[in-house]
This record gives sequence, structure tokens and C-alpha cells, in this order.
Amino acid sequence: MTRRKRRLVLISTALAALGLALGLVLIALRDNIVFFYGPSELAQRAPHEGQRLRIGGLVKQGSLLHEGDSTVRFAVTDTKQEVEVTYTGVLPDLFREGQGVVAEGTLGGDKIFHADSILAKHDERYMPREVADALKKQGVWREGAEAASNGK
Amino acid sequence: MIVETGHYALVLALALALVNSILPVWGSIKGDQHLMAVAPSAALMGFGLVAYAYLALTIGHVQSDFSLINVVENSHSAKPLIYKITGVWGNHEGSMLLWVLVLSVFGAAVALFSRSMPEDLRANVLAVQSWIAAAFLLFILLTSNPFARLAVAPAEGNDLNPLLQDPGLAIHPPLLYLGYVGLSITYSFAAAALISGRIDAVFARFVRPWTLIAWISLTLGIAMGSYWAYYTLGWGGFWFWDPVENASLMPWLAATALLHCTAVMEKREALKIWTIFLAILAFSLSLVGTFLVRSGVLTSVHAFASDPTRGVFILLILVIFIGGSFALFALRAGEIKQGGLFSPVSREGALVLNNLLLTTCCATVFIGTLYPLALEAVTGEKISVGPPFFNLTFVPLFIPLFILMPFGQLLPWKRGDLAGVAQRLATAFAAALIFMAVLAAWRGGPALSVILSGVAFYVIAGSFVDLGRRLLGGGISAGLVSQRARGLPRHAFGTAFAHAGIGVTLLGLAATGWGTEKITALKPGERVEIGPYELIFESIVPRNDPNYSELVGRTVIRAKGAVVATIEPATRFYPARGMNRSEAGIATLGLGQVYMSIADVAPNGVVNARIFWKPLVALIWIGALIMAFGGCLSLSDRSFRVGIARRARKAQTPSPQPAE
Repeated sequence: MTRRKRRLVLISTALAALGLALGLVLIALRDNIVFFYGPSELAQRAPHEGQRLRIGGLVKQGSLLHEGDSTVRFAVTDTKQEVEVTYTGVLPDLFREGQGVVAEGTLGGDKIFHADSILAKHDERYMPREVADALKKQGVWREGAEAASNGK
Repeated sequence: MIVETGHYALVLALALALVNSILPVWGSIKGDQHLMAVAPSAALMGFGLVAYAYLALTIGHVQSDFSLINVVENSHSAKPLIYKITGVWGNHEGSMLLWVLVLSVFGAAVALFSRSMPEDLRANVLAVQSWIAAAFLLFILLTSNPFARLAVAPAEGNDLNPLLQDPGLAIHPPLLYLGYVGLSITYSFAAAALISGRIDAVFARFVRPWTLIAWISLTLGIAMGSYWAYYTLGWGGFWFWDPVENASLMPWLAATALLHCTAVMEKREALKIWTIFLAILAFSLSLVGTFLVRSGVLTSVHAFASDPTRGVFILLILVIFIGGSFALFALRAGEIKQGGLFSPVSREGALVLNNLLLTTCCATVFIGTLYPLALEAVTGEKISVGPPFFNLTFVPLFIPLFILMPFGQLLPWKRGDLAGVAQRLATAFAAALIFMAVLAAWRGGPALSVILSGVAFYVIAGSFVDLGRRLLGGGISAGLVSQRARGLPRHAFGTAFAHAGIGVTLLGLAATGWGTEKITALKPGERVEIGPYELIFESIVPRNDPNYSELVGRTVIRAKGAVVATIEPATRFYPARGMNRSEAGIATLGLGQVYMSIADVAPNGVVNARIFWKPLVALIWIGALIMAFGGCLSLSDRSFRVGIARRARKAQTPSPQPAE
């Protein structure tokens, strides 16, 4: 093979690999990304049933109900709007009423959010950033208090 | 007092780094031996100063000196000694100091172990290292001073984040940093080679051992981090495609690619431009990782504090080093001479394909990690890109790599015979098919698990085909085989083990499909069946430690009526931070594990439990250990020792230390 031919082989293999990767990435980005909404945004956007979503906000005080075998029901609120969430499983250690939470799952036809994973992140000092932003949008964020509790 | 001297040492180290970043380069341009000779001594001195500063901070932590902000915020007098020592890097300031310490260790290692390197190359390498050191020392001193004092010292500290109070903290960060920062050496070599215009097989020979050291550390560091997350986060997962994990995976992929293409450059003087590009890319990705993890754009256990000035500063370092090196690359790449010719079907061709696939994989991870950040910056829309994205992009690109791996090992340099290699691999391939058929008949289960297990089997078997042929071909007797084994270069064994290691990891990953999971509320005395085992949840026992109190759920595991293990999943409460943390109970039975975590302990002893049976799961991490072992075998190979070529030429001169 001549140098020219070899280079052609190399370049076409490279382009094929890149094209494959690009195609996969585009397909994956179309179908597999999960949007994050706060309760108010969720009410506005009205995503279609069955679409995977992440929602975040505060666990409403006094809303946590244990419904028998490891199923819980609680409300996520940004103080303006709230959304009912059900979840079956073990809640994370840092899950508490009045604290920030992120839930991933789908919104049912009954307007109840069926979560299949609950993330209460790793540190008690820290509020999930998405939750903080969602609360800021609703104007209920206390900057000073949070900055102090961040210890910085 | 010692704290102030530590701070002072850090300032001195910065001054020294600034001097060392200019004089050697100037010397190499002027051809001045004396100026170039500054570099090694300055590198050693810089190491001494940073090590002293690090020691000073450690003393502050060990003595619980609460006049230091860093100690107050991250320590507690009741904390066990090991966490006082390792807690030094369990916070932003200390971890950056560790970063610089590792950087200076590598600088000193180059100064000590590379005596036989061409003088101008060594001077330039150390100068580039000093640029990086200067940038990060400046970052520490201006934005993240670990030695800042408090006017009024409190009586007690805030304690270390309980999630970090774990033996994993002693191992995971230092290993990961050895990997991340180890890649700075390859970057410095690439930049130095571009400056001095010395881009040849000698360059590849010198850069290979350092890449290998970084790669081994990174492999072990990632595996350790994954196991730590597995046993401490309590949901049984070991890899979440979390941006922080991706930040360590990207440099690993780039380093793996670099490792393979330096082989081509050393043996065949080909792919020079590509090798330089990858060397720059690998460290650039570790800088991107540092930025993602430390700047606070991502929130995770790794982001200790989000302070915008720090983010901007790291971003600036990123732009200067990545931009600068690629500018230099663009300027010089045209002058690099074309390398040797090779046929597409050859060892070189296979390695090119390996590099292509690895870098493409790396690019998909990069997009998946940074796209959400970019989208949010541009549109304000928040999305998360999770496992489904990576399963659809990364996995299909990685499977061909697995298929091609044994081919690459068997193809000869320059020109190969594809049909011949396929013939030699036929046994491995057939064995894998039989293995799959047996698995499908015996275990059934998801088709994907069966297929991936087959691929894993093929990779493991295929890794040893070459070795087997060289050891056993033409007569088998113990004496002959051991004689042949001694005759073979160690890197042949290294390659076989490293390749088999990734196959073993794949087998562990494939086996997750056969696992079972149960989430249930358990009363004391209740029994649960999981996989082939029966668990008896006996009782909740409270226990106290100086640092925390815990509720332990004693559980006995039985198989066919006999007790095989006892596990103690627990929830811990750390009063200093008022924080809970769970500790999974894990029993390793064979290569599988029974995993149990508990939460919500009710006063009557009822708990919410999450129980898993994970067959062969241990293979995931054992595979990583085998990969690292293979890396170490290669590292011990004669041809990997820095300066061996020079030594062979001048046998009389006192031999320099090998870089081990």
C-alpha cells in the first residue's frame, strides 16, 4: 500500500469511529437526558405522562407518611407550589422534613410523582444546588443563613 | 510557630518555583550548562519546602490546634489519630497542598532518577513542572491558605465530614493524586520536547515509565474510590456516572491511550504528533477534573467549599496551561518529521485503532459530563445526564475494544496476517462460546449478562494466548517452560495481566445482571431469602465510639442451614456535626457478596433494610488489582528503566538509579 492509501484507511477509520460516536451521543442526548424542575416549574411546564424527571425542593414539614412496607409519601415544596411524591425503598440518611431533596422518577396521570430514587446529598451543611436555585427563583432563599451554615 | 514556618516555606517554594521556571529554559536556549544544572537542585529543594509545609499542617491537625481555621472546620479533638492525619487532605486547602506535594515529589523523582536524560530535555521538563507548581502554589497562597489563623480560637472543632471518616480516605485521595499529578510529568515531557524540538524514540522511552506509574495509581485510585462509595453510600452501587467519577475516568482513558501509543513511538518512531497530543490531553483532562471537582460547579462530597474566586482561579490556570500547550503544539507540530510506515493490519494499526476508540470513548464521557454544565450556562435549563446516556454511548464503543484487544497482542509489528491471528484466537473464541452456552443453560438470566460474560472470558483467554504460545510452543516440560519464562521480557507478562485484568472486571460487571435486591422492613428475628442464602436479622445493638454512636443490626447469613457469616450493617450518628451515616454490612462469600444496609431504626427494633446478593461482584475490583499488577510487572521490565539505553552504552560509568 502506498502512504497515500494508508492515510486514507486511517482517516476513514477515524471518521467512521467519530461518526458512530456522534450518532450515539445525539441519540442518547435526545432520549436519555432528564430535566430538573422545581414544583412551580413543574406546574407550568406540565410534562407529558411517563417522561423521566428530576424534581427538587424542600420536604414539606409534617407531610411525611409511612404507608406500610417501606413506601413513603411526602410533599416537595418551594413554598409557592408543591407536589406529592411517593417512593418505595430506603430513604437516604440525610432525608428529613424541612430539608432539601431531589427525587427522580415520573409524574403520573394523578399528578403524583412516582420517584424511583431519592437523593439527599452527602453533607448536612449543603443544599443541593438545584434545590437552592429553585428556591431562589421563588424568592424564598435566605442567602445569609445559608452562607453562614456553609461555614465559609 | 511551626505553622508560620510552614506558611513561610510555602512562600519560599513559590519563589523557588518561579526561579526554576525561567533559568533552566534560558540555559537550554543559550546552551549554558550551569543554568540548566539549577533545575534538579531547585526541584529537590522545592520538594523539601513543600514537604515541610505539609508536615507543619499535619502537626497542626494532629495537635488539634484550633487557632487554625482549617483545623477548626475539619477536625475534632475526639477524632481518631488516623483521621487527624488523613483529614489533612479531607478538605479543600489541605487537598490542594497534597496536590502540590505530589507534584513536587514527581519533580524530585525526575531530578533524582533521570540523570541519564539529555541535559536540555531534563532542564526543560523540570522547568515546565515548576510552571505548574508556581501556578498552584499561587492558587493556594492567594485563595486557599491552609495556614490562616483565627483571632480567637474555639475550644472545639467542627469535625470532619463523617462520610470521609473512613480508612478509604487514607488510600483513595493519595492514589488518585499520584495518578492525576503523575500525568503532569508526561505533560512536562511533551512541552519540553516541543520547546527543545527533541521528539524521537528517546522521548518515548523516558516518558513511558512515568505514564505507567500514573496509570497504575489512577487505576487503583479509581477502583478504591468506587469500592468506598459502594460500601459507604448504602445503595449498593459502585459506579454512578457521576461527573466527579467521570472526571477521573477521562484522564484514565487518555492515559491508557497514551500508554499504548508511546509503545508505537518508541518501537517504530511513528505517531509522534499524536503521542505529544495525547500527553498534553491526558494532563489537560486531569486539570479539567481538578476544576470540576474543586471549583464548586458540581456539588458533591468532593466539592468541599464553593468559593467563586477559587473556581475562576482554577479556570484561569486551566486556560493558560491547556491553551498554552496546544498553542505550542500547533506551532511546532509541523516541524515533526513523519514516522515509519506501517500496514493497517499490524501491531501499530491495532494500537491506532485502540487509541481511536479510547479517545472517542473519552470524548463521549466529556460531552456527557460537560453538556449539562454548558446547557445551564447558556440557557439556564437544568438537565442531568445519567447512566442511560453512558450505557448507550460509552458501552457500544468499548465492546469493539474488548474484541480487538487480543488481536492487538498477537499482531506483529509492521505487517500482520489477520487470518493467522484469528486462527490462533479461534480456541479462545470457541471456549468463550461454550462458556456462554453453559452459562445460559445453567444460570439463564439476562442475555446481556451472558454475552458480556462471554466477551470477558474471551478477553481473559485471549490475553494469555500469546504468552501461552511463547511458553508452551514446541515441547512442554517444567524446566523448558520456566527457562522460556525467564527469557521472556517482563512487559509481555505485564501486558497479558493488564489485559486479563480488564476482562476480569468486565466479568464482575456482567455478573451484576444475576444479582438480586430486596427492600423490606425487618423485625428482629425475621428471616429473608436472598440469592442462595438465608439472612436472619437478630437484633439491634447500640454501640458507642468516642466519635460516634451507632445502631448495629446483627444479621446472620446461613447457607443450607449452616451459618456462613455474620454481618453488622449500622447507622451511625456523629454528634459533632449532628449527622447520620450508614455503614453497609458486607460478607464476601466466594467472589460474591451479600450486602445489607439499614435505615430508619424504630424504637421496637424494626428497620428498613436494603439487601443485595451480588454474585462475582468482587471481580470488579480484583480486576483492577490485576491490571495494576500487570502495570507493575511492566514497570519492572528492563526496557522501562529510565536511562537503561545510556547505561548500556557507557557500562563503566557509575550506574544511575532506576526509576521504580
